[in-house]
Amino acid sequence: MQLRTVNGEVAKFTSRGEAAARGLSDFIARDTSVAYTFVAPAFFLLLFLVAYPFVLSVWFSVSDARVGETGSFVGLANFERLLGSDIFRQTLKNSLVFTSIALLLKTVFGMALALLLFRVARFKRLIRGAVLLPFIVPTALSTLVWWWMFEPLYSVVNWTLKHLHIVNKDVPWLPDPYLAMFTVILVNTWRGLPFFAITLLAGLVAIPRELYEAAESDGAGPAARFWHVTVPLVKPVLAVVILFSAIFTLADFNIVYILTKGGPMNMTHLFATYSFALGLQSGQIGQGAAVSLFLFPILLGVVFTQLRLVRKSTTYD
Amino acid sequence: MTRRSWWSRPTRSLFTLYLPVAPFVFFALFPLYFMLVTSFKKNAELYNVNATPFFIRQGLTLGHYEMLSKDTMFWSWFANSLIVSIAATVVSVLIGILAAYPLARLRFPGADSFGVAIFITYLVPPSLLFLPLSTVVNRLGLSDTLWALIVTYPTFLVPFCTWLLMGYFRTVPKEIEECAMLDGCNRFQTLLRILLPVAVPGVICAALFAFTLSWNEFLYSLVFVSPAELKTMTVGVFSELIRGDIYYWGGLMAGACIGSLPIVVAYVFFLDYYVSGLTAGAVK
Repeated sequence: MQLRTVNGEVAKFTSRGEAAARGLSDFIARDTSVAYTFVAPAFFLLLFLVAYPFVLSVWFSVSDARVGETGSFVGLANFERLLGSDIFRQTLKNSLVFTSIALLLKTVFGMALALLLFRVARFKRLIRGAVLLPFIVPTALSTLVWWWMFEPLYSVVNWTLKHLHIVNKDVPWLPDPYLAMFTVILVNTWRGLPFFAITLLAGLVAIPRELYEAAESDGAGPAARFWHVTVPLVKPVLAVVILFSAIFTLADFNIVYILTKGGPMNMTHLFATYSFALGLQSGQIGQGAAVSLFLFPILLGVVFTQLRLVRKSTTYD
Repeated sequence: MTRRSWWSRPTRSLFTLYLPVAPFVFFALFPLYFMLVTSFKKNAELYNVNATPFFIRQGLTLGHYEMLSKDTMFWSWFANSLIVSIAATVVSVLIGILAAYPLARLRFPGADSFGVAIFITYLVPPSLLFLPLSTVVNRLGLSDTLWALIVTYPTFLVPFCTWLLMGYFRTVPKEIEECAMLDGCNRFQTLLRILLPVAVPGVICAALFAFTLSWNEFLYSLVFVSPAELKTMTVGVFSELIRGDIYYWGGLMAGACIGSLPIVVAYVFFLDYYVSGLTAGAVK
């Protein structure tokens, strides 16, 4: 009797254990199907409207497709023709100059602004709100006012410079190739600076106050505290911001298209505007796709670095 | 201490803090101020080379706004922007919530690669894909309709919303969900009744950003929709108000002002959400 009971108990136990195990695996299996169901809309959206267009873009770039025609395979002819073309080489140079100077300006002034905003106590919300505004306002519309401000005849910038006797005749901001590059960089910096400042500010706020107190009690001055406490601790955020901004600065379309359309003499063309001019305005989709694909390796490089940074920061935690 | 004593604290902060901040604030706000001033200035003063451009001396005018309402399809563009932005936002936030939940909570084969895929598309700039997308839009028969934009805007909105909401969902403790599931709720019910109410700030933030990004979008709208009456605000003001060599600067600025207004209003009310959404991508 006793033994049977014990056996019975044991039997019951195992069956209960099995049931629990089965329940758990059922549960996990159900979870997997739930997960796939939930993820499905996003998955199919990205498949049909991001992955498929990307494949199409690669196909275009190795074909002689034109508007309305599928085109046939031409190998790397598009890329060869591009690398041999002066306009494309100019576009490469422009992209390098535009991106590196704009990023440098945004980093330096963004950091300065973040350090200032960090200490602002009075009118804090008002000042932060005002500084962030250029990032929120539609770029296509705010660029119009910059165009008006640099308009050849009625430029407010020239008016001011003339009245301050810095120049005595109108400066040709947009008709001059070098000044046009300066102007598009300026507008890009105006628009992107708030992103740098506000994100770096969030990075600064996250630094524990004790570190500064410890450094101060060790006799570190403000400069030493900046270089040995602030910079190393804000570096991960800074890296992410720069990488993120690098892509979107390099791929900029709105500012250049509205202010200069890539001119004068193609001196402000970037990948996006040149690809637009080739692919849509002159109908050479193959060439246009090849131009925009030059953005892709850079995109991959940024993604790779950023994922590595993310993993690194999680292992430190 | 003696060195500092003749500087009172407020004076010092004025010189070392508020004075250096001033040029940044001026730089940020001047173009927007100038946009507003230009839109209310009479043409006679606007095109007078000797008048001081910073102020309005010869009286305000609503003429540019009237011109915009009467002679252009401005309010159609406004309505189009509104329809497209609201539709794209609703669709993207819903898809984003559904995708973010399993990515933040469940373990399933392929979860990591899908997360990476979302991250990559989050970083894909529209200028990389507008050419093939225009072919896709064409084949779907959506060219020159607002559907072209409602369908394509989610390509950059969904990755953003998913990424943002994943961060928010992860901050909610798992335990409250487990309690609900023990009480017999399924995954969908726990998401709807337990997780979402707690993650409301995240959802508001995602919706605000999605709306802002849609409203501000320019390239897809420029490429996919060409009839004047179907254009969105950003494209309409730019392409329809510049006719040949004639620039209606007053009208352009009036259009830019009204076009920025919905975003600025949303921004004033939800400043903190904008700040948290902006930093979420980089800091989390």
